Amino acid sequence: MKTKVSIWDGNFIYVILSIIVGFLVGAILLVSAGIDPGLTYSTLFQGIFSRPKYIVYAFVYAAPYIMTGLSVAFSFKTGVFNIGAEGQFVVGSLAAVLVGIFGNFPPVIHPLICFVAAAAAGAAWGAVVGLMKIKRGINEVLSYIMFNWIAYYLSNYVVMHKGVKAQSIETTKNVKDSARTIIKGLIPVTGCTEVNAGFFIATICAILLWFVIKKTTFGYQLRAVGLSKTASEYGGISSSRIFMTSMAISGMLAGIGGAIQTLGMSGRIPQFSGQESFGFDGITVALIGGTDPIGCIFAGLFYGAMKYGGNKLTLVNAPKEIVNIIMGTIIFFIAISLLFKRIIKGVQQKKLDKAKELAEAKEA
Amino acid sequence: MDTFVNVLGLILSGMLISTPPLLLAALGSVFSEKSGVVNIGIEGMMTIGAFVGAVGAYYTHNGWIGFLLGGCAGMVLGLVHAFACVTCGADQTIAGTAINFIGPGLALFLCKAMFDNSSDTPSLPTEYKIPKLFKGVFKSGSFGYNVFGTYSAVWVSFILVAVIWFVFYKTSFGMRLRAAGEHPEACETLGIDVFKVRYACVLLSGFLAGLGGAFVTLATVSQFRPTVIVGQGFIAIAAVIFGKFTPQGAFLGCLLFGLCNGLKSVLSAMGSTVSPNILSMIPYIVTILVLILFVGAGRVPAANGKPYIKSK
Repeated sequence: MKTKVSIWDGNFIYVILSIIVGFLVGAILLVSAGIDPGLTYSTLFQGIFSRPKYIVYAFVYAAPYIMTGLSVAFSFKTGVFNIGAEGQFVVGSLAAVLVGIFGNFPPVIHPLICFVAAAAAGAAWGAVVGLMKIKRGINEVLSYIMFNWIAYYLSNYVVMHKGVKAQSIETTKNVKDSARTIIKGLIPVTGCTEVNAGFFIATICAILLWFVIKKTTFGYQLRAVGLSKTASEYGGISSSRIFMTSMAISGMLAGIGGAIQTLGMSGRIPQFSGQESFGFDGITVALIGGTDPIGCIFAGLFYGAMKYGGNKLTLVNAPKEIVNIIMGTIIFFIAISLLFKRIIKGVQQKKLDKAKELAEAKEA
Repeated sequence: MDTFVNVLGLILSGMLISTPPLLLAALGSVFSEKSGVVNIGIEGMMTIGAFVGAVGAYYTHNGWIGFLLGGCAGMVLGLVHAFACVTCGADQTIAGTAINFIGPGLALFLCKAMFDNSSDTPSLPTEYKIPKLFKGVFKSGSFGYNVFGTYSAVWVSFILVAVIWFVFYKTSFGMRLRAAGEHPEACETLGIDVFKVRYACVLLSGFLAGLGGAFVTLATVSQFRPTVIVGQGFIAIAAVIFGKFTPQGAFLGCLLFGLCNGLKSVLSAMGSTVSPNILSMIPYIVTILVLILFVGAGRVPAANGKPYIKSK
């Protein structure tokens, strides 16, 4: 008998169903608060799709989330939970801005050097945590959380430092024009003044990452360590080395995300009054994307679009937090989809059993 | 000498104010983690507790009722987390991340819906907040005023450490919950209902995290604002790892953190020439250093993070 591959076996269908449930729960909440969900959702979607310019903005918004999503997804491959993408993103953007302000390079070369600096800063931020894990056995979740805050205050310190701070406003100076990643040629076409190379860079990173994980020996070792540390040690893989490398790469990805955001959007860093949460949102993107690099592109797009569209909800006096609630509900239902999977499997099994019984009865 | 004592009083007072939210949340986290359920959603539970605490006190005119309501709000999210992690066998990190979206999202959404699109709740007058102790006994600004006259809920949180230590190590429930986090299969053969134990622990963790959040809005500040919690739930989790998943260890972790916070605020108030941003790093750097130098590796409960699926 041929075994049919049902759509209920994969994860995709559960993600789609979860998204639908997320919007339903959001609608119920809106109604109970006396807000018209139809108007709210149409504002949200019109804010994303009604003009080409808006769609381009959604892509621009998505780029940093794709990067932090990749960072978290990659760390999951070795069983590490990179809750530190937040801090790595911050040091990445800080390095990019400093090189962008003080470096003297021709265009194209300048942003490249900024990206290298950001990648190095993010990688270093991740590698230190890795080092503490390997050498002293310190739980990485703890050190990641500490390093997030150290990065936060470090950034604020540098931003407010003499020579870096802009006059009269609480931000850094702008990076030089040569360091910006804005694609000027696309501005008149798209009508979006901040259209930048970020999305392309993020997509390239995602494809490279997919290749590394699926097609290289290193990727194989990563997955082996993620599945069982002891078994892979037995097979001759140094798990310490794998942990270090993967935590550094994970940090590097988040750091590049920081550079994408600062060089592409405002060209400067403000003094923070609260964590900006690009890194934490990366956890969400990684989870919606099924911790798959290619999945992260789509999840990042979805997330970026929702964030961008959510900003327009103030026009109709609907709290933009509804977007967060919808997102939370989606993740929640993705989390519990295992239960539905079990139930569906159970029903299918019962059907099969019944068919078998009937067939046997007929034969008899 | 007098100034020294007064400065010491200020440092301790800063410590006493900034420790309880972390401590309550950390105690909650210990319950959950020890029973085998990772609860990264502490942050979301604290935020909803902070909001409901402030609103509760605003309408009932009583800080203690607000405090308890905040705990209950956290417990509701605890129920959601328990349903996902225990009943559905969900990935606990994913479920916790969802809670971290839903909690703050819901708090701000409700706040805007209830208070005319404002993201802050109205400021509470002092008599609606959690009361301070020894009113009028000590001179304002003195050591006693700053230390003993602090909010009564501070001491409540410290007493809870002892109570929870007792529950963990001297009661059968404590033994069961520790066993559920180490070897759930063995528990089940001994007739312990792992599901029930884990449900109870996750609900308790939500309640305590909610109390922690409510402490912020009912003592530290006097209203709910979007930034009242940001990150404290994660610090509480860090304190639990620091304390090697024991209530007394988490207590030490929170105290260390609170002490650094107190030191930081006194230093910046005394006009230190060091940048406030550098001073703000102290608690995090000290935590890292203490870990590297003195604490070292900890052991995570064996079944932590693994969904338990009952065999038929």
